[in-house]
Amino acid sequence: MKILVAVKRVVDYNVKVRVNADQTDVDIASAKMSMNPFDEIAVEEAVRLKEAGIATEIVVVSAGVAQCQETLRSAMALGADRAILIETTELLQPLAVAKLLAAVVKNEQPGLVILGKQAIDDDANQTGQMVSALTDLPQATFASKVVIADGKATVTREVDGGLETLNMDLPAILTTDLRLNEPRYATLPNIMKAKKKPLDVTTPEALGVDVTPHLKTLKVTEPPVRSAGIIVPDVATLIEKLRNEAKVI
Amino acid sequence: MTILIIAEHDNGSLRKSTLNTVAAAQQIGGDIHVAVMGSGVADVAQQAAAVAGVSKVLTFDDAALAQATSEAIAAQILSVAAAYSHILAPATSMGKSTLPRVAARLDVAQVSDIVKVESADTFVRPIYAGSLLATVQSMDAVKVITVRTTGFDAAAATGGSATIEPQTVQAVAHSARFVSSEMAKSDRPELTAASIVVSGGRGLGSAENFHILETLADKLGAALGASRAAVDAGYVANDLQVGQTGKIVAPQLYIAVGISGAIQHQAGMKDSKVIVAINKNPDEPIFQIADYGIVGDLFEVVPQLTAAL
Repeated sequence: MKILVAVKRVVDYNVKVRVNADQTDVDIASAKMSMNPFDEIAVEEAVRLKEAGIATEIVVVSAGVAQCQETLRSAMALGADRAILIETTELLQPLAVAKLLAAVVKNEQPGLVILGKQAIDDDANQTGQMVSALTDLPQATFASKVVIADGKATVTREVDGGLETLNMDLPAILTTDLRLNEPRYATLPNIMKAKKKPLDVTTPEALGVDVTPHLKTLKVTEPPVRSAGIIVPDVATLIEKLRNEAKVI
Repeated sequence: MTILIIAEHDNGSLRKSTLNTVAAAQQIGGDIHVAVMGSGVADVAQQAAAVAGVSKVLTFDDAALAQATSEAIAAQILSVAAAYSHILAPATSMGKSTLPRVAARLDVAQVSDIVKVESADTFVRPIYAGSLLATVQSMDAVKVITVRTTGFDAAAATGGSATIEPQTVQAVAHSARFVSSEMAKSDRPELTAASIVVSGGRGLGSAENFHILETLADKLGAALGASRAAVDAGYVANDLQVGQTGKIVAPQLYIAVGISGAIQHQAGMKDSKVIVAINKNPDEPIFQIADYGIVGDLFEVVPQLTAAL
């Protein structure tokens, strides 16, 4: 079975992002970029399925600027076999990415598609669900456990009140939650090997997808800063403050 | 303009998240309809019809929708979508899983997790774990939106008198099938709806030690929460996690015990009205956003606090 994994290049989760001078966008010109952490979990899950003998090939795909090749190389250093970059300098929104991925799914015919549940930059949490809707394949979002057997996937999902288990025919679309697995680190030999793995470059035009944005960002601002309050010396003072000053108990 | 809201409920009662979503719709302005999908949902439909500002309730009542999958919910919404300018759902597991399917099928963008309505097509939403706020304008004819429930005060549960209209239920092919669910049971208030939340972090040290927070929570009538570190360490179950990838809460009082206050945790709780931090390290970032802090050993402070209440 072939597994397709989508990865996004985002500002590293350790970087504190700032607004640009005219408050129109996020200033990321010099920021360190990394693979979206939820997508690392997606890659790891695919690699484990290959190690378990369930998957035969892992294809990673990313859409965006030429530098996304670095993200794809890191995915291959973790164990993916080949990569596809859909190269464009257009600003890609989730609907456009979902259409591009749906086109790749049609070409590649994978048995399973795994995506991170959300990207840590736009926090949109849409792409996997949109790919599922556009390909008419069943979806399981927020997966924390995946069992593949007899052409079916049994997926435990993290939902608001606890856990839910779904069963679906393959091919299917999964999005990963934090506790699905713990991604491995790439070793130096694997990083070297990844440089030689095949990486194909295509474009939205070649895939026949219109990536025109549907949303316009008018403004990006810092939220109001919550200022530090006071340090109280003891519990009695705390209770007095909560009762008489804040009036919350 | 007519707005459709996807109700969240448990087949017996309407969840408060639906009322927060109605409040967001009231700010957009226009006629408000609520879709109730499930099995045996007559009571839920009555409750939805009584919500202030709702003019019509659409019911999709079928045994097949008792544990509806995202595919099934999306199919029902799509069957009536043509009549609406806006389609809204709370940004809960249900809304997050379902609404992007609707948006993709309508070939429109989704605006996720809005915290503010600027106008009928312009909304404010947090990005980068709430470090920044983006004001975005939808250029689509239909606006598909999930609503961060803590961003909007709940609409009144009574005062409305909407008509109830049963709809034809759509069958769904190529869908996932529900197998089972394991819902956490608790006598405490629900985390996202509680007016007081007591949360513990890695500082608790073990699952056993977490019990000292339970005693405090019970005394305050509070919900119990946890940081990702505490959940990952196995002290408590996942559904208690507060943060960017957990639940977003905004109670009247949030008591953070043994929590350092990483940005991902702050993303889930910094809109609380009053924040109390209890931590032995005065340099932890949680103190920079807390209204009241106590620097001390939580194993001494928490029992004192519980005893003094």
